[in-house]
Amino acid sequence: MRLATRLRIGVLVATVALVEGLCRAGVIGAFTMIPPSEMALSLWRLLRAGQVQADMRRTLTAVGIAVGSSIVVGIVAGAVVHALPRLRRTIDPLLAAYYSVPVFVFYPMFIVIFGLNDIPKVMIGFLYAVAVMIINTLNGLDRVAPVLLKTARVLRMSRAATALRVVLPCAAPYLFTGIKLAIAYSFIGVVGSEFILSSGGLGYQIGFAYHDFNNPTMYALILFILSFVLVVNMTLHAWEKALMARRGLR
Amino acid sequence: MNRVASPPILRSRAFDLVILSGVVLGLWQLAHLWGGDVAMTTPLGTLRHTVQTLASAEFWPHAGATLGAFLVALLLAAGAGVLAGALLGYHRLSGEVAEPVLVAVYSIPKVTLYPIILLFFGIGIRAEVAFGALHGVIPITLFTMNAVRNINPVFIKTGRILRLSPWALLRSVLLPATLPEVFTGLRVGFALTLIGTLLSEMFGSRRGLGFMLMNAIGLHNMDVIMSLTFMLVAFAGSANAALLVVDHRLHRRA
Amino acid sequence: MFARPGQASLHALGPIDLDLQTGEFFAVVGPSGCGKSTLLDVIAGLSPFTEGAIAINGKPVGQGVPEGLGAVFQDDASFPWLTVRDNIAFGLRQRGVGQAEIRERVTGALELMGLTDFARAYPAQLSGGMRQRVCIARTLVLEPRLILLDEPFGALDQQTRLLMGDELLNLWRQTRATVLLITHALDEAAMLADRVGVMSARPGRFLEIVETGWPRDRDSTIVARPEFGRITGRLWSLLRGESLKALRHQSEPR
Repeated sequence: MRLATRLRIGVLVATVALVEGLCRAGVIGAFTMIPPSEMALSLWRLLRAGQVQADMRRTLTAVGIAVGSSIVVGIVAGAVVHALPRLRRTIDPLLAAYYSVPVFVFYPMFIVIFGLNDIPKVMIGFLYAVAVMIINTLNGLDRVAPVLLKTARVLRMSRAATALRVVLPCAAPYLFTGIKLAIAYSFIGVVGSEFILSSGGLGYQIGFAYHDFNNPTMYALILFILSFVLVVNMTLHAWEKALMARRGLR
Repeated sequence: MNRVASPPILRSRAFDLVILSGVVLGLWQLAHLWGGDVAMTTPLGTLRHTVQTLASAEFWPHAGATLGAFLVALLLAAGAGVLAGALLGYHRLSGEVAEPVLVAVYSIPKVTLYPIILLFFGIGIRAEVAFGALHGVIPITLFTMNAVRNINPVFIKTGRILRLSPWALLRSVLLPATLPEVFTGLRVGFALTLIGTLLSEMFGSRRGLGFMLMNAIGLHNMDVIMSLTFMLVAFAGSANAALLVVDHRLHRRA
Repeated sequence: MFARPGQASLHALGPIDLDLQTGEFFAVVGPSGCGKSTLLDVIAGLSPFTEGAIAINGKPVGQGVPEGLGAVFQDDASFPWLTVRDNIAFGLRQRGVGQAEIRERVTGALELMGLTDFARAYPAQLSGGMRQRVCIARTLVLEPRLILLDEPFGALDQQTRLLMGDELLNLWRQTRATVLLITHALDEAAMLADRVGVMSARPGRFLEIVETGWPRDRDSTIVARPEFGRITGRLWSLLRGESLKALRHQSEPR
């Protein structure tokens, strides 16, 4: 294992140990934070008791819908925009400014329009993720080297065949980057919305536990979401790196 | 086949913006027609209400609270981010150790950490500032770190040949060389700090624009919601546009 | 006068004994990886050496870059955030030279390098060859006694290189500086230099120093003379074996 990796693991372990020590010693009061080991224990108990299942399903379903729709819409929209340069130029300022706008401010609007159900948070997740998918699709399509398209023409390939067998594989690593980010952003959108106001889901339960002064449950749920998201994101990231490395990119 | 080129004005960027705005406004108006007043106010109605709000007395304390928290958070994020980024960029090993951690924190729903911040700082402006700064400090650090890491070695060689003192090297070569990328980081940090500040107000606050927004849900006050949304989007959009102009200028030279 | 036996660490350089005559144009050629650039770095005081001594005009050179030295590298070292004029003036400003004198010297350098029309352009708007001219101008304007050039024309096409060679000879004559040119192009060395040092494969040492015997007022048209072919042939016959050695070493598994 590389030196940097070993150091990183060491630093993280030491930090957790430090927090554990400070909590147990009472330097950090129990009303503020419980020791990490107790967080894990509390989570274990919650999982065994089956209490989180329903909310987990709710959050993950919402995330799933947001991810699926943003990927499909994002790739299709990206392909369309890429094919129409005039359209792209017009949309360009919108895409550049997209993430400077706090997307969460639309949440109240959606709640009033659609009601306090799961639709608003899925929409926020979708809005967050779709732009990054479009941007990465555009990027991937841009990077198909013109010489490859020339080669396809010399081989007299049809447009469909070119799209499927040259453009798509070429752009695939970048599309994967987009998918990776779309998943991460969908989580941020959905969980964030659940926090602000929702009728269910993990984010909502964390907020509820906070207002209920229920630290063990709150920290357990926080631990769960963060671990879950981290594992998903890091797995995708490693996969992406492998894809890119195989191509000799990055 | 000979195509006559369309006149320059129809191809200009300004015209593109006109088309874009037209489309957005058109869709907006259509959505109103479909949903009615209860679902959405018209663009004109929103504008009218915005003007009213800006003139009202209750608006400004909230706006001031948000702006205050945002600016303090931004300063903290910028200061800490540039410093940390420079150090991590200079000391390669530390940078290598820290980078995956920073990227991981970047991609999690940071709002899950907000209750922890609330427990530590208590409800109030300190928590809001901390949360906003947390959002902004990460991209600023990452961009600065990259900028320092990627300083062209030939610049340093040139500085040494010219026998520049370390201070002169820093000021006349290293600073201008890293400025474009650091500025991009600050621009991204600006947007994210704003999001963080608003988000914290939307979750558990008694004042600020985020609070105003959430408050209006219970009252089903579509006017307020839409004009606030419009104002915030307009503010964030125009601030980012201005920063983008500077960003482009800096990068065009580099 | 130079006297310089030296050897860098890790045996990048074999024992070198080099005496540069004041005002001469000396070229160094050698196979890739032989340590030509290391030699230049050591002379410039950019890299430390483990054994030997360097002296300029009798004065020994310790660590650090000595005075009166100028260097142009293969990588483009022009500062992208400054205009051409400000780039050239950079070293003078750092030394605190007066405004009037800076203006005079910079204008002179702009004329000499054919950059007058581009004085207010940024390097990003110029071609690679012009950017190298900016770097050369920036070095010249400081009137160094010893000019070190590390493959300055490496990134340019052949015809541009020949023309730049002409310009270099002009400058050399006008400034009466001593020039040390590192190049991998044998024809370039044969055309430009009074003497050519041929280095062996790593660890590099001088196999032979070939005298060209050219008159001082030469230009690129001497490539038509039969002596040019003989000199280039001599250089290659010395280098051919060494280059094969270097190539084999490169393709060996590490």
